[in-house]
Amino acid sequence: MNDVSDLTITVLRFGFLLLLWVLIFSIVAAMRRDLMIGKKAATGVPTARQMRRNPNLAEATPPPVKQQARQLVVTEGPLKGRTIPLAASPILLGRAQEATLVLEDDYASGRHARLFPQGTRWFIEDLGSTNGTYLADQQLTRALPVEIGVPVRIGKTVIELRP
Amino acid sequence: MTKTDGAPKPRRNIELLLLLLALSVGIGANALVGVDQEKAFDSDFWFQSSLLAVAALLFHVVLRLRAKYADPVILPLVVALNGLGLAMIHRLDGPDSETGNDQLRWTLVAMAVAVAVIWFLKDHRILRRFTYISLAVSALLLLLPLIPGISAGEILGARVWIRLGPWTFQPGEIAKITLAIFFAGYLSSNRDLILLAGRKIGPLQFPRFKDMGPMITAWLVSIGVLIFQRDLGSSVLFFGLFIVMIYVATSRVSWVVIGVGLILGGGFVASRVFSHVGLRIDGWLNAFTPEVYDRQFGGSLQIVQGLFGMASGGLVGTGLGQGSPNTVPFANSDMIIASFGEELGLIGLFAIVLMYLLLFTRGFRAALGTRDAFGKLLACGLSFAIALQCFVVIGGVTRLIPLTGLTTPFLAAGGSSLLANWIIVGLLLMISHTARSPVDTTPLPPGTETDTRQAVPAIPGQPGSPAPPANHANPD
Repeated sequence: MNDVSDLTITVLRFGFLLLLWVLIFSIVAAMRRDLMIGKKAATGVPTARQMRRNPNLAEATPPPVKQQARQLVVTEGPLKGRTIPLAASPILLGRAQEATLVLEDDYASGRHARLFPQGTRWFIEDLGSTNGTYLADQQLTRALPVEIGVPVRIGKTVIELRP
Repeated sequence: MTKTDGAPKPRRNIELLLLLLALSVGIGANALVGVDQEKAFDSDFWFQSSLLAVAALLFHVVLRLRAKYADPVILPLVVALNGLGLAMIHRLDGPDSETGNDQLRWTLVAMAVAVAVIWFLKDHRILRRFTYISLAVSALLLLLPLIPGISAGEILGARVWIRLGPWTFQPGEIAKITLAIFFAGYLSSNRDLILLAGRKIGPLQFPRFKDMGPMITAWLVSIGVLIFQRDLGSSVLFFGLFIVMIYVATSRVSWVVIGVGLILGGGFVASRVFSHVGLRIDGWLNAFTPEVYDRQFGGSLQIVQGLFGMASGGLVGTGLGQGSPNTVPFANSDMIIASFGEELGLIGLFAIVLMYLLLFTRGFRAALGTRDAFGKLLACGLSFAIALQCFVVIGGVTRLIPLTGLTTPFLAAGGSSLLANWIIVGLLLMISHTARSPVDTTPLPPGTETDTRQAVPAIPGQPGSPAPPANHANPD
């Protein structure tokens, strides 16, 4: 007990408290960026700085000029004929009341699928539905772009994007 | 997999850096503890430190392989807390007690189980299929300590342990995970029914009984069994979990009002009916009365000694290994916060509390980021369970609320609690992985569905995506 001087122990004592707080501040610093919900992060469009860093990004991203989808049409199922204008916000499809398109379809889940814009295209993503979402007869396993006129089937309901 | 720089980054290297810092906190604490006990850098110390470091780094490697986008600060936080706990338990060990080594062994087992959860459970949504099975498992786990034969009998006034060969285990710790899975699964599928169907009485809307049936059963099972097991802390924990998850799912403040009312009413009734609850409350209110302090059972000696210990620690503490936290009964489990308060002082204790707070916010961040209702509810419930445990324990030790027998997550000596909390960390890491991994928006090359199905993470997700706040449909 006596071979370590009091001074060393005091230094170590305060050093350890300092270390504890260094850890906390590093963690907060690491989280700082993550705490912000930026619009850029949401859409995945590279920032100006990122484009400056690797110029090929800027060239890779110019969106193909195509006809824009302007509305969503239900072509089959209980809601046949219903149209929904497409804005810039994502669309939730399902039986839940908060869904943008409330499907009165026994084969649809509460929160079945999500249709969201990214760049100039719309993507469909299954939200873990029981019966699955089919894009042109292929079951979705990840988010996929929906082209105009390609049928998306949810239960007995089929929807399409129209210009 | 990331095609653009704008996509979220895995940030595993930051995790590695923070992990090394966290390990230096844990190992540094262990070294400091030994400095004045002449056993600072003996072979035991090196063996224990390297085991902890290797286990933490292996965990990190598994995250790199399996959950690349998992939150980078959860693991360092937990490793730092666990390391601090190990050091303090090691420091409090007498010459012939082995609690420190037991705790290290349990830490390794718990980390291995958490790794297994991450490795084999590729998608947390699989758990949703086990909604009702987890209710049954919770009930079974809570009933186990009452069954003669495997019950370890009444230890310290509570029947919550079972005996498995040479070990004792507290199945209630695991039950909080299975109950959270049940609540999340049930509420995510029946939320709309609970929310919309039902009668309105005054300002409060009551759901139909048949929609609430399973929830009430779950609540009755947990509370009823816990009354028979005389474990007040767990009963508060389960009830709090129940209230919070139903509040998060329905966003109705009335649940919180009802819940707090029931806790206060139930506490009042329990303090009259059960002598041990009454003694706890008496020991809290009249802690400094000599007759309460000297009482043989349910006295306030423990809590008052803890307060004296923290007072002697003051602002900067006596230094690790320099104080005398051993005078407090159960200094390495129930009262480990008081031990830290004495040796690290207010500054160190605040650091620990902040670590818990950060861990809790990361759990909620994962809940916000993930887009399936089940994952949201599960992450909320699990991180809230950790937060509530901290509140109940630290509040009890600092005499804000009556002291109850809950464990301080990751710090306190006790294998079952450590195991359960590491499993929670594994689940939170999984959920944060799905929350932060980018949406894969590259078109599917024709004829390669089977390949991509393996290569792509189970659920594409993206933080900060403009997803509608799924759990707050119509706040009123």
